[in-house]
Amino acid sequence: MGKCVCIIAEFRHGAFRRVTYEVASEGKRLADALGVGLCAVAVGSGVADKAAELGRYAVDKVFAVDDPALENYLAESYVPLVADVLAGCDPAAVVMSASVDGKDFAARLSARLKAGLAQDCTQVVCENGKIKAKRPVFAGKCYGWCEWAEGALPVISCRPNVMDCLAPMEDKKAEVEKVQVSIPQTRSCVKSLDLDTSGKVELTEAEIIVSGGRGMKGPENYAMLEELAKVLGAAVGASRAAVDSGWRPHADQVGQTGKVVNPNLYIAVGISGAIQHLAGMGSSKFIVAVNKDSEAPIFSKADYGVVEDLFNFVPAFTEEIRKLKSSCS
Amino acid sequence: MNVAVLLKQTPDTESVIRIASDGKSIVTDDLKWIVNPYDEFAVEAALRLKEKHGGSVTIISWGPQRVVESIRTALAMGADTGVLIDDPALERSDSLGVATALAAAVKELNPDIVLCGSRAVDYDMAQRGPMVAEFLGWPHLALAVSVDSDGKSVTIDRPIEGGKVVLESSLPAVVTFGGSHAVWNPRYASLPGIMKAKKKPLAVKKLADLGVDAAVVGAAKVRVTSMEMPLQRAAGKLVDGGLDTAGKAVELVRALHQEAKVI
Ligand SMILES: Cc1cc2nc3c(=O)[nH]c(=O)nc-3n(C[C@H](O)[C@H](O)[C@H](O)COP(=O)(O)OP(=O)(O)OC[C@H]3O[C@@H](n4cnc5c(N)ncnc54)[C@H](O)[C@@H]3O)c2cc1C
Ligand SMILES: Nc1ncnc2c1ncn2[C@@H]1O[C@H](COP(=O)(O)O)[C@@H](O)[C@H]1O
Repeated sequence: MGKCVCIIAEFRHGAFRRVTYEVASEGKRLADALGVGLCAVAVGSGVADKAAELGRYAVDKVFAVDDPALENYLAESYVPLVADVLAGCDPAAVVMSASVDGKDFAARLSARLKAGLAQDCTQVVCENGKIKAKRPVFAGKCYGWCEWAEGALPVISCRPNVMDCLAPMEDKKAEVEKVQVSIPQTRSCVKSLDLDTSGKVELTEAEIIVSGGRGMKGPENYAMLEELAKVLGAAVGASRAAVDSGWRPHADQVGQTGKVVNPNLYIAVGISGAIQHLAGMGSSKFIVAVNKDSEAPIFSKADYGVVEDLFNFVPAFTEEIRKLKSSCS
Repeated sequence: MNVAVLLKQTPDTESVIRIASDGKSIVTDDLKWIVNPYDEFAVEAALRLKEKHGGSVTIISWGPQRVVESIRTALAMGADTGVLIDDPALERSDSLGVATALAAAVKELNPDIVLCGSRAVDYDMAQRGPMVAEFLGWPHLALAVSVDSDGKSVTIDRPIEGGKVVLESSLPAVVTFGGSHAVWNPRYASLPGIMKAKKKPLAVKKLADLGVDAAVVGAAKVRVTSMEMPLQRAAGKLVDGGLDTAGKAVELVRALHQEAKVI
């Protein structure tokens, strides 16, 4: 049995990403079940100064790998650095996020450690010291429980937006140990980084998503969904039909060959509910469908269905939400 | 430029998935099999690299005999040769084992670049590409939505949460493919392509042929011990009650606010 549960923090552009707090919370539950402490490895430029704040989410100790050369995530440099730190702290389990970078990192790290990886988990349990992790397979059409061979190190990545976050302990600080490392020579590099500064909510992290399909009839009509999304503080998604038609960027596609999303509320507008679309949004906590065809398969998945022409309904719905928001504030 | 594509055969995305009686695998009898969509994107990208730089495209896949059909599909799209690793050790293996075998097959071919899907739409592991790269000791660039090469290096666009990065690597390297049909628009196999594919070379290998120890690859570190179906959603309700459009809007907002408490 290792000495701690070790999480890998995701430090980007000067701050920890929210999903790191979810990972720390899950790591803490696991550490408690195993009766060990919780530590973290945090890599990045300037991360050492921020690392103590992980204490708010129950991390006891952070190994900070801080160097200006580590400004941007690059698998080829981050993986060997983290593997070296892990070798020194003898973890019982390694937990990280299944974000875009997290999944990539987890795979390469596991190969380096020759450890078994359960990717994109939605639940982690520990019974009598034995760890099990549950993950959606076949795009959420079913779930698989993973278990590790005797003596094998479990590496687990957690799907964003799923694990319960601990209430932050405002005055708790983690101990920070700055790790001295030499930066690996790499053949790959980050040429440029382009951040969207428009304040757009990321689909995989959104609490509410409004998605439009072929029923939207054309790119110009998405203004209506953008408006609804703005009032709700939501992100805007799309079906493959809308993306293939060139109405929306591919990054907005929800489904089996798009993004798998997990919001509290998913509003499908003019989307029929093909199996590949359902695969991407079927685990949303609440689903609303707006479709003029009462036979559309999406209704069998929807908590609330509205059989209406979307061009009439969406503006009326947006107006009602606006009223609700103004009466609440 | 010699390109290797790692290709997996997966159940058609339309498939209804049922759990088998052992409780830890799925019923495969009545499944229709396809080329994993992300691997199809990789094949398309490989063919474009070949069109620009010359060279050859080899498809590598580990799976049972039925996978030959998917390799032939890629050959019909324009790839040149195929390698099928047909070894039952796969059934006892995990991602590390699969990646070990794939890396060995790549080494034997010694290509300039390896392309593969970012994930297979069966078990959604999203593991093998970076693992193969690590075992080869090569860099990898993941989740490409564009790819370009001057023959010595490779550059991709990679979408990340809230933006994108441009990554570059010298060759040899592994690139994993993301994006969607709209991004890659993979070509269909033409009829002459299908005829030609039948005569293209397709080697079948065992792990031993690749110098890989089946016992090591078969000793999984992690495995699926049980499967379960998602909870059935309770039957939803239609917002109706003879209301007009405005009335339905009011009722839906009320339900979402008061019952579901999500807005
Ligand atoms: C390998 C593969 C991968 C795929 N991956 C994905 C994926 O990742 N994501 C995805 O979404 N799809 C995916 N698909 C495609 C999927 O099968 C469907 O074709 C697609 O989801 C349909 O999109 P849609 O619902 O917008 O269009 P349609 O099925 O055409 O539905 C449009 C709906 O809009 C309704 N409508 C029309 N006008 C109005 C109006 N005025 N008011 C109200 N309602 C209206 C119609 O009644 C209809 O139900 C994939 C397919 C394959 C083969
Ligand atoms: N059995 C296999 N044979 C060949 N390539 C594979 C195999 N399994 C996975 N791959 C490759 O690895 C990618 C990621 O798969 P996975 O890690 O299973 O999600 C796939 O898109 C393929 O390119």
